[in-house]
Amino acid sequence: MGEKIDPNLWSDGAQPHLMGGRLPSGQIVFPMPTGDAAEGVEPYKLSRRGKLWSWTSQGFLPKEPYEGPGSGPGEGPPDFQPFLIGYVELPGEVIVESRIVDARLEDMHLGMELEFCIVPFNARYDTFAFRPAAQVESQAA
Amino acid sequence: MSENVYIIGAGIHPFGRTDSRSGREQGVYAVREALTDAGLEWPDIECAYGGSAAAGNADIMVNELGLTSLPFTNVANGCATGGSALAASQQAIASGMYDLALAVGFDKHPRGAFNAKPSDYGLPEWYGQTGMMLTTQFFALKIQRYMQLHGISRTTLGRVAEKAFRNGTITPHAWRRSPVDLDTIMNAPMINDPLTKYMFCSPAEGAVALILASEKKMKELGADGVKIRAVSVKTRPPNSFEVFQAGISIEEGGKPTVLASKAAFEKAGIGPEDISVAQLQDTESGAEIMHMAENGFCKDGDQEEWLANGWTEIGGGKLPVNTDGGCLACGEPIGASGLRQVYENVTQLRGRAGERQVPGKVRFGYSHVYGAPGLSGVAILERE
Repeated sequence: MGEKIDPNLWSDGAQPHLMGGRLPSGQIVFPMPTGDAAEGVEPYKLSRRGKLWSWTSQGFLPKEPYEGPGSGPGEGPPDFQPFLIGYVELPGEVIVESRIVDARLEDMHLGMELEFCIVPFNARYDTFAFRPAAQVESQAA
Repeated sequence: MSENVYIIGAGIHPFGRTDSRSGREQGVYAVREALTDAGLEWPDIECAYGGSAAAGNADIMVNELGLTSLPFTNVANGCATGGSALAASQQAIASGMYDLALAVGFDKHPRGAFNAKPSDYGLPEWYGQTGMMLTTQFFALKIQRYMQLHGISRTTLGRVAEKAFRNGTITPHAWRRSPVDLDTIMNAPMINDPLTKYMFCSPAEGAVALILASEKKMKELGADGVKIRAVSVKTRPPNSFEVFQAGISIEEGGKPTVLASKAAFEKAGIGPEDISVAQLQDTESGAEIMHMAENGFCKDGDQEEWLANGWTEIGGGKLPVNTDGGCLACGEPIGASGLRQVYENVTQLRGRAGERQVPGKVRFGYSHVYGAPGLSGVAILERE
């Protein structure tokens, strides 16, 4: 396991949760606000399960401040690994933007069942992602 | 009180790449073109508003244009820089304080996708580090969901780009002047699914200047003016879905484009059916499709039929959209892009668009710009 890319982004433990915030109005937001904007906002453990709301692929090497494969010294586009991202609706909470792993572009569909996971990002850091929750989906079918 | 305001001069520096000129020099070029068009000299201009996103401050242009001591306000409003400059100069004249004002926008961006800093947008560093801070992803994520919900096909995305490049071939200020066929567009490398390379605009260079006048001044000069019927700039309402958002509300919120469009139509006292020509933000093919509905020109999903029948072509029968090739063919110099749309409508309404002239009576022209962090500007012009 690498370092967390942001120490407050998800909770520690065997079953980590992405950290959002609950506003005084009751609305759930992601990410947890910082600084003065955090006043009155309660840290909130977001659901580990959600449904795909939209998706896309990232087919080219992003510029700075991207720090993933291909961005390091002496690296370039040939070292870049394309990845999938999407928005995941956490029922009754909030829709979060995330990497999608262990899935193929052609299999993506609205409402696809996903679960939270932690994945290696670069030589130093881990980041968060969602992956297909295969078991539940096959049971439902 | 609110005076009628007219655009009496319009100038443009060709969009694309001009290695020999800085962004600001392109701005000065556009101002001189606009002055010539209006039959004015620089000392006649009473106040100015302008800016760029990446090519420096606009007020320094007085070094080249002349030190006339006019008040010159720099505008830094991202993609809406041009729209905000237009709104400010329109207000300056509508208020009765001035009779002649300048709105100018210019830019010069490095090649490749824009790179944004998370802190500039109030976002945590991880958002950029992990590769989510890309405007292209937002547009792909927005159109992907829209296509699923409203039955828009990939071919329709391709048709938007094909039209843009075709219109670019007959537009002197466009960057991309060669046609690109549908197969080439559809089979080009995928940037962010479902959008291929040819479905995205590129950061570019260019400049636009507009000279605004009161009705009294226009008549005094005998100038060829186009009336500004409405200008509206709106930022995002609660629970909206915009570029650079790590989290979206589960409550479906409003859209800044819908708000700006409704406000502009209300101010102008007309409806979408009255518009003869429209320039809609087309950062990529999907944006033009979604913005057709958000601006009230068709229902969600109807774009499939519109594009298949060529109804947004010049002379296509319903509503010509992005007659100069839009951002797709002109590229996107952020500070100038919104004013280019207005320039194109002024040209169309004056009947000076040459090969790309919309046929028949062109009375109302509509322009719409959208950008980060969720703001839209709409302008409705009228040929009286």
